[in-house]
Amino acid sequence: MTNRAIDYDADPWAEARAMLDMPGGMLNIAYEAVDRHVMHGHGDETAMLWLGKGGDRQELSYADMARQSSRFANVLAAHGLASGDSVFALLGRVPELYIAALGTLKAGMVFTPLFSAFGPDPIRTRMEIGAAKVLVTTPDLYKRKIAAWRDEIGTLKLVLVIGVIDEDADEGCVALGPVMATASPDFDTAPTRPEDPALIHFTSGTTGRPKGAVHVHEAVLYHAFSGQCALDLTPETTYWCTADPGWVTGTSYGIIAPLVQRVKMIVDEAEFDLERWYSTIEREKIEVWYSAPTAIRMMMRSGADVAKPYDFSSLRFLASVGEPLNPEAVVWSENVFGQSFHDNWWQTETGGIMIANLPGMTVKPGSMGKPMPGIEAGIVEREGNTLKELGTGEIGELALRPGWPSMMRAYLNEQARYDKCFVDGWYLSGDLATRDEDGYFWFVGRADDLIKTSGHLVGPFEVESVLIEHPAVAEAGVIGLPDETAGEIVKAYVTLNPGFTADVALERALRGHARKRLGPAVSPRVVVFRENLPKTRSGKIMRRLLKARELGLPEGDISTLETDEK
Amino acid sequence: MTKEDIRTAFIEELLDIAPDIDPDTLGEDDHLQDDLELDSMDVLNLVTALHRRLNVDIPETDYPQIATLALAVSYLTARVT
Repeated sequence: MTNRAIDYDADPWAEARAMLDMPGGMLNIAYEAVDRHVMHGHGDETAMLWLGKGGDRQELSYADMARQSSRFANVLAAHGLASGDSVFALLGRVPELYIAALGTLKAGMVFTPLFSAFGPDPIRTRMEIGAAKVLVTTPDLYKRKIAAWRDEIGTLKLVLVIGVIDEDADEGCVALGPVMATASPDFDTAPTRPEDPALIHFTSGTTGRPKGAVHVHEAVLYHAFSGQCALDLTPETTYWCTADPGWVTGTSYGIIAPLVQRVKMIVDEAEFDLERWYSTIEREKIEVWYSAPTAIRMMMRSGADVAKPYDFSSLRFLASVGEPLNPEAVVWSENVFGQSFHDNWWQTETGGIMIANLPGMTVKPGSMGKPMPGIEAGIVEREGNTLKELGTGEIGELALRPGWPSMMRAYLNEQARYDKCFVDGWYLSGDLATRDEDGYFWFVGRADDLIKTSGHLVGPFEVESVLIEHPAVAEAGVIGLPDETAGEIVKAYVTLNPGFTADVALERALRGHARKRLGPAVSPRVVVFRENLPKTRSGKIMRRLLKARELGLPEGDISTLETDEK
Repeated sequence: MTKEDIRTAFIEELLDIAPDIDPDTLGEDDHLQDDLELDSMDVLNLVTALHRRLNVDIPETDYPQIATLALAVSYLTARVT
């Protein structure tokens, strides 16, 4: 890094800014992530080593990434798309996903990666809210999840499918490979400004439709800074982020931060597989590894003996995110990998790591760590329209002082829901936490009804909406049930319409219906039948009460309860 | 327990965990995760169910050996006494 005079008072993010090029005041994530490294003579270094499910490997240099993303940007431009247009990807972890992300940003368009295991319903809802103009996917995913309703998305102009030649692309789809091959590998990066939208990540709400959190190009300042500070990413580090870009971690720290910091990024197409993971660390000499508690707990289940034959000496720093990492998992990782997993905390809305066990910090097993440099966090309680800050050991809502570069700038077309996140000069996270005498933060639970399963936030409303579309279901209430591996699993309570019988076959049929529509990650693993669900006078199902009863906890204030569970 | 019993048991437990699968189109070589869209939690639940039903321990390192119907039947047949 060059030495520059930095005035921290005038610009608290000057250090982060100094990590970037920003030629002529332009700030473009893709330029900072790949093109500038080529300009500075690092084009031959490996940007991404891709490991295919079937054992194939593909290595892309920074120069390859720059050229391929330019080709993709040219393909978009050739189809008449313009700055600000919305490009969605529904892909597994394949090289094209990473190329599409960078090419979209380079073209000044807005990128949304969707989790490819979503069922058709969550995909469609998100494409509608995001006014998708382009979708990049595979022919198989297109046939199974998109084709049936594609024409009903009025904004959609272009569907690009990977891995096929023209003749084999479905009607109305364009084969990406051939158009990429003929597109120019040069593209003048769109001169985006810091506040121009770059990425939209969807997150679930307790009520209503999912919310599209809008992130701007300036977010890259924070990705660069936090990548270095919280994950120890430095040039040529071999780094593996196991998260899928369909979730915010897999984009912020699975694409942007590592590339901006010029690391060698490992991308594994396959899902969790114990021996595959262990041998990947050994063979590729992974130095920094960013994973999630569910995966770590799956490793723990198999015991330490399975890990013994492997050489993990390349590992330098281990981090985890998605849900609180239980103390046992921290201790286990010390035994097996010779060091602790460092838990950290952040959300789709915050765009980057906010609270962390930083490299070199003493890890308190079970704690998410301390606020990042430049980030002010507090534990607060609402008092009308103001907030009261709580002291050491008290439980309240985890809040942050807004203003860091990767903070969301809006929920797409949902000003009121966005405004509700900010009270009295604080951003309210919706998570309950407490701070100890040493300044470490500890997660307590959600302040609302959202469910945290395998590190993913699931909105009960989205699940309930699909359940009540089944002809047998009259009402549905959905909660998260504690689970030792997944953190929580989704459980549904339903009442039935007349003429339907609560039996095993129907329970299965409802789960099957939900899985088809929502995909396995979001669907209930358990469905139980009730004659009545607890409801308020206005007819709102009291999920909180269902959960309290499930867990044998005090029922709290039930003054609004009108109809009780049976 | 015959090979056919084991096959039946595996299919029943699979359909219980993923009732969205159509048994009529379930192929011998369909991959649980890639083709049938089970996620890691589903696979764990399937292993637990098979353990309960067939009294067989399937360590994590053996999960690839139950990744398809064909693989699972031969793996389980060798292990169920």
